[in-house]
Amino acid sequence: MTVAYMQAITDRYKALGYTPYRWFRADDAPAWTPLGKRLADARVGVVSTSGAYALGQVAYHYKDDTSIRRIASSTPAADLRFSHITENYLVDARRDPDCLVPLTALRTLAAEGFIGGLADEVFSCMGGVYSQRRVREEIAPALLAGLREQKVDAALLAAM
Amino acid sequence: MCLGSALDIFAVGRAPRLTFVDYPLGHSTGKPFDPADQLGIVRAALHGLQTMMRAEELRHLPNQWDTLGQWRANAMRADAGDTRQPRDQTPQFQHAADREAARASGALRD
Repeated sequence: MTVAYMQAITDRYKALGYTPYRWFRADDAPAWTPLGKRLADARVGVVSTSGAYALGQVAYHYKDDTSIRRIASSTPAADLRFSHITENYLVDARRDPDCLVPLTALRTLAAEGFIGGLADEVFSCMGGVYSQRRVREEIAPALLAGLREQKVDAALLAAM
Repeated sequence: MCLGSALDIFAVGRAPRLTFVDYPLGHSTGKPFDPADQLGIVRAALHGLQTMMRAEELRHLPNQWDTLGQWRANAMRADAGDTRQPRDQTPQFQHAADREAARASGALRD
């Protein structure tokens, strides 16, 4: 049996007297497109919602930060950092970033030819944004523009 | 391809392709310091790009976090309180030195 996060969080906030949490629920079926080429020929982009940033970049803030970070896919794991409103989930990633932003694994898969290539830059955002409108109107378009700029054939979204 | 560890949240989000790994949140691309586990999860997720042939198809990976599963009960506790950080509008650097690095690169001006 898998964890019922939505029920658990709903119950938790109710016990605290909070206004009921309004979960996002997609009304429509998602767009779906076949890859159209072999995975071994595909250039892969990456999005992480973990609040990752690279050393030298600005960390995220925790009040609906809708900015994104462009991180070179060659960045060593030792230079990855995290800031996310749910810092309690970052304990291990702050010791080993590859458990949330798998640049090491992706570089390995590109080197062995399992994928055709890895985008020069990967993208991150801070997934703890409580405005669905701002996610839809600010974060999603920025990520889409970045992925298009990277000319990727497919993208991996690694959720927090 | 969406890869993550919260199956119920995934399901209502209706992503085009889903790969679910039943690990505690914060480990959607593998266990810490276990490069074989991380590589296997990422490989499996990307493999789905060429094998999943309908919208909202889900692959549940066989990986297990541990043999006890106590972490699931902890994750579902209703009395855990609010574990989120304050909704502050200043950048929350992981290390104090990161702020200096951001200033040095010109990314942070304050």
